[in-house]
This record gives sequence, C-alpha cells and structure tokens, in this order.
Amino acid sequence: MTTFAEVLRQYHRETPERVCMVLQHSGQEDRKVTYRELLEGANAHARSLQAAGIQPGEVVILILQHGSDLVFSFFGAVLHGAIPSIMPFLTEKLLPERYRADLASLVSITRPAAIITYPEFEAEVRAALHPGDSVRAVLLADQVEPPSAPDFDQLQGLRRTPQDIVLLQHSSGTTGLQKGVALSHQAVFNQLAAYQQALHLDPEQDVIVSWLPLYHDMGLIAGFLQPVLTRTLLVMMSPFEWVRAPQRLLTAVSQYRGTLSWLPNFAYNFCAQKIRDRHLEGVDLSSWRAVINCSEPVRYESHRAFLERFAPHGFRPQALAASYAMAENVFGVTQGGIDAPLTVDIIDREAFQVERVARPCADGEGALKMVSCGRPLSNTQVRILSAEGQELPERHVGEVALHSDCMLTGYYNRPDETAKAFRGEWYLTGDYGYLADGELYVSGRKKDLIIVGGKNIYPQDLENLAMSVPGVHAGRVSAFGVDNPEAGTEDVVIVAEVDSEDPQVREQIADGIRQAVTRGSAVALRSVYLVGPQWLVKTSSGKNARLANREKFLKETAEQD
Amino acid sequence: MSDEMISQLADYIAKDILKQPKRSLRPDESLLKSGLIDSFHLVDLALFVEDTFNVHLDDSELNADSFDTLAALAELIQERQ
Repeated sequence: MTTFAEVLRQYHRETPERVCMVLQHSGQEDRKVTYRELLEGANAHARSLQAAGIQPGEVVILILQHGSDLVFSFFGAVLHGAIPSIMPFLTEKLLPERYRADLASLVSITRPAAIITYPEFEAEVRAALHPGDSVRAVLLADQVEPPSAPDFDQLQGLRRTPQDIVLLQHSSGTTGLQKGVALSHQAVFNQLAAYQQALHLDPEQDVIVSWLPLYHDMGLIAGFLQPVLTRTLLVMMSPFEWVRAPQRLLTAVSQYRGTLSWLPNFAYNFCAQKIRDRHLEGVDLSSWRAVINCSEPVRYESHRAFLERFAPHGFRPQALAASYAMAENVFGVTQGGIDAPLTVDIIDREAFQVERVARPCADGEGALKMVSCGRPLSNTQVRILSAEGQELPERHVGEVALHSDCMLTGYYNRPDETAKAFRGEWYLTGDYGYLADGELYVSGRKKDLIIVGGKNIYPQDLENLAMSVPGVHAGRVSAFGVDNPEAGTEDVVIVAEVDSEDPQVREQIADGIRQAVTRGSAVALRSVYLVGPQWLVKTSSGKNARLANREKFLKETAEQD
Repeated sequence: MSDEMISQLADYIAKDILKQPKRSLRPDESLLKSGLIDSFHLVDLALFVEDTFNVHLDDSELNADSFDTLAALAELIQERQ
C-alpha cells in the first residue's frame, strides 16, 4: 500500500542520478531528466500550487504541450496532493470558440481549482471561465518557481492515502470531457503490478519508447506513469512531431535500444506506408521485443504490413503484441504476444455475423482472421455477457464485462454515469467480443463510439456541430465510423437530411458541415452524405439509429460504385 | 510555372488527400488552419513535393506558419528549386 509521492520520494533518495526519461524535440538535443531533476522540477510546481492556495484533493487541469513543463506540472500536482488532469492542447485547426466551449464544459463538471498553461494561452483559458466558477488560479508555466530540492516533510502529497484519487483521465470532445475517469493510487499500483508481470517488465533491461499523447490512457499509463513509477527508462517524443515524421519512433528505438512500445492500430499502417528507405538507413529494430497494438481494433493486415516493411531492419515477428485496455481499468485488461506469438483465430464469417458464434474454419473465402488480445491480466477477470446479462459460453459473441482490483473510483462528479456503467461489481465495456481458450477477441462495439487513430469520438458531438450549419435540422443528422482498411482505422461519415434539391445549395451545405465538424472537433470527415427527408432510420423511441444508418449508407454507396 | 505548380498541387490534394477529385481549390484557400488537410496527410504532401519538385520539406515546416495556402506552398517550393 503506497502512494505516488511515497514512491517518488524513495526513488529520489535511492537513485537521484538515474535517468528517468529522455525528452526528444525536433531540432534540439535530447534532454535527459534524472529522478533528482524530475522531483526538483515537480517541486517547483508543487510550491506554486501551494502559494496559489490550492488544496490537496482539488483538481488541477494541465493545458500544456508535450514536454518538460507538462511532465513537471503533472508530478508537481501529485507532490502537492492535488489531482492532475491533462487536457489536449489547442491545435491550429480547432476553432478557439469550440475549444473554449469544451473547456467550459470540463470546468462545469470537474470543478477544477486551478489551470496551468502558457502565458500566450492565458486569455483563451480565461475566456472560458466565469465569475463564481470553481477555478481560483490560472498559473503560467513561465512563472512557476525555479526548480528546488523537495522538502518531503512539508509536501502535502505525502499525506495522501492509497485510496485517494490520484488523477483524472478524460476522453475527447464535449461528451468525453464531461466524463473524467477517476483513479486511485492503489488502482494504478495494482494495475502496474499485474501489467508488469504480464510483460515481464525488467526495469534494468527494458526501455520504453513512446510518441503517444498524455491525455489518453495508453500514453499516460503505458508510456508515462508505468516507466516513471517502475524506474524503467522512457524515451518520449511529441505526437505532433511523430505524425509529421513517423520515422522518429524507429530512430529512437534504434538509438536507445528501445524494447517496448504501444501503438494504436492505424500507426502500424502509417509507419509501413509513409516511411522512406532513406529514413531507415542504419536503423536497427532488433532490440524491440514487443510492439503492443492497443486502443483500437487489432487488424491482422496491419501487423502483416508492419512486419513486411520493417523485418529487413531487424524487426522480429515475435515482437508483434496486442492488448485490450481502457481507462476504467487504469489501462490493460488483457495482454498477448509476450510469452507466445499472438494467436490468430480463423473463423467462419457467416456464422460470426448471423449466429454471433466464432466457429473455427479453414482459411480462405468466407473466413475471418481475428487477432487475439491475449489473456486477462492476473488481477482482472473477463466475462462475456448476453443482452440479458447472462454469462455466455466460449466462442459466443457478447458484451465484454470485467472485474478487477484496479477499477476506476468512478466518473468524477458523475454518480449517474458511474451507476450506468456497472452491473453489480462488473464493469460493462460496451465492446463486443468472445473468449476462446482463455484468450479474448474483441470484435465490435455495442456503443456508438467511433475510434479514429486510437482516439475515441462521440458521434453526438459531431452531429451537434453539423446541426449548427444553416440548412441542416436538429435531429436529422447521423454520424458513424466506417472501415478504412488502407489506413487501418475508421473514417467518419456524416449523413444529413436536407430539403433543397439544388446541387449548388447542397454543395454549400456539405462544405459547411465539413468545416463545422473539422474546426469544432479536429476530426476530418471522409464523407458528408446528403439525403432527402425521411431517409434516416430512427429507433422505436425516435432516437438516432446510428448502426442502422451506417448499414443503409454502406449499402447505398456500394450500389453507386 | 507557378500556376502549373499550383494546379499540380491542387490536383494531388483533391484526388489523393481529400478523395474528391472534382473539388477545386483556390490558390489562397486555407489548407491547414481550415482543417481541410488533416495532420495525418502532411507526410503525404511532403513526399509528393519531394517526388514531384525535388524539394525537401523538413517536418518542422509542416505547419500553417510555413504555408497554409497553395500559393504559399508554391512560393516555398520555388525558393528551394
């Protein structure tokens, strides 16, 4: 039983000069941060929070770019006993008004006491605040105190208990920002212990390389807290830089002899397709022992493409791994591909679609290749439930439910949402899947969530944006994801009913929807499909039947091709 | 020369990035700030520029401060040729 601050104090005492992480920035020399530097930088933020009158147990929102300020402020909040939560930074294409609205919606539910950001962003943040709301201080990254040695007897973070909430994690968009996953110290340590065991993580040998954003569970837990709290070396780069130069991941692995990375499925395709031979000169990937596919459905073809592209550079087939993970379980639920190669289950497509049973069959036409997500972690139990909540036998598709000693404390300030997510002690994931020989295969989603590039997107947020366009009516829009095998992820489609038949007016509306959605959510649409009145399918209670609309769209567009 | 370059870039963006071959792009139309080109496609655009015009764009230049329109991108390319 321990807390983040206790563990950090121990590392600061035992191994102050050990390098904790290497921060990479394009065009700059790599910056090595030791545990001493980490704690001194964090202490500066803890003192600033103290000076601003922020109390332990209060929430602090961090709106900072990927880099040392973000790292120090996160652990600064922890040392002060406050609860950090990282909000994505404003990107250039997102409309400032939308960002403000998202921030206001986060503030209204989460009720943070402070926000830490950059001076140039202060006006933006203040514009989202109202007199009388919870935020008492906006702290600026350039005005924090200079780094200084922590006085552990004074730091309030040392007085937290393992059951206290240590951090909040949000997913994106208005809906996601109103549902912060609250995690306790104990839950995080229970997860790390079980996950460490599944990975055979060896802090003396392993090196984690990550480009993942820290506002997402995969980046925050697997690619940030796990290495720092287990004393495993972390090499970290910014997602903005990686997406513009994906070879940076491979160069970093080669340079630092990286052993472990986590990637959303699209990144396998992205790396395989966009990296040039000249970027790979001298790159040696033989140190990579596991590249773990996580946070969107695992695709067999994506693994094949990655392997083919990088095997000539030392990438080993047994390094392909997968995990099913979610913030509500801190991170990992299952892990596969570590002790043995990932299982690929070949099943009958028709039986799967019609009977919802995963029946093994011979490879060929009519077969589906399902990649296993591996076995549940030692502290996590997984069950497959029918629509009525009954446990289903092996190879029957149902909703994935889980139970563990590392569950969320709750959705922060949302007892209603917390109650909805559980059936007794079991957390209902909203994902469909099946179990076979003790391994989990995730096959789809019950919830309407869209996952693009590992990022969760709530369709209602996109529909609301589309409805703001003149000529589009409330309740007559449907947003959903469609498969994009080339990119290895989903694309977003919006269907909207319009009254006008004038092609020019329709084009104007379609452009308007594209712009409203992209600038309001930073999600690029693959297609805006305009239809006449009465096209959209509704449920019996008059609600948007997104899955049915998706089917109808796919059928119509296939006929047109 | 510049007009031809702009039209080549416009064709590529409409067809391969936006997947709307009929879409016309004005030389002064915002590409990045407007969200028309997603960050996932910036690498493609840089590779296209490299292959077609033999000009290397550094990844640190793939942002709206360096170019946000076809005209600005064409100018950047011409400076390097």
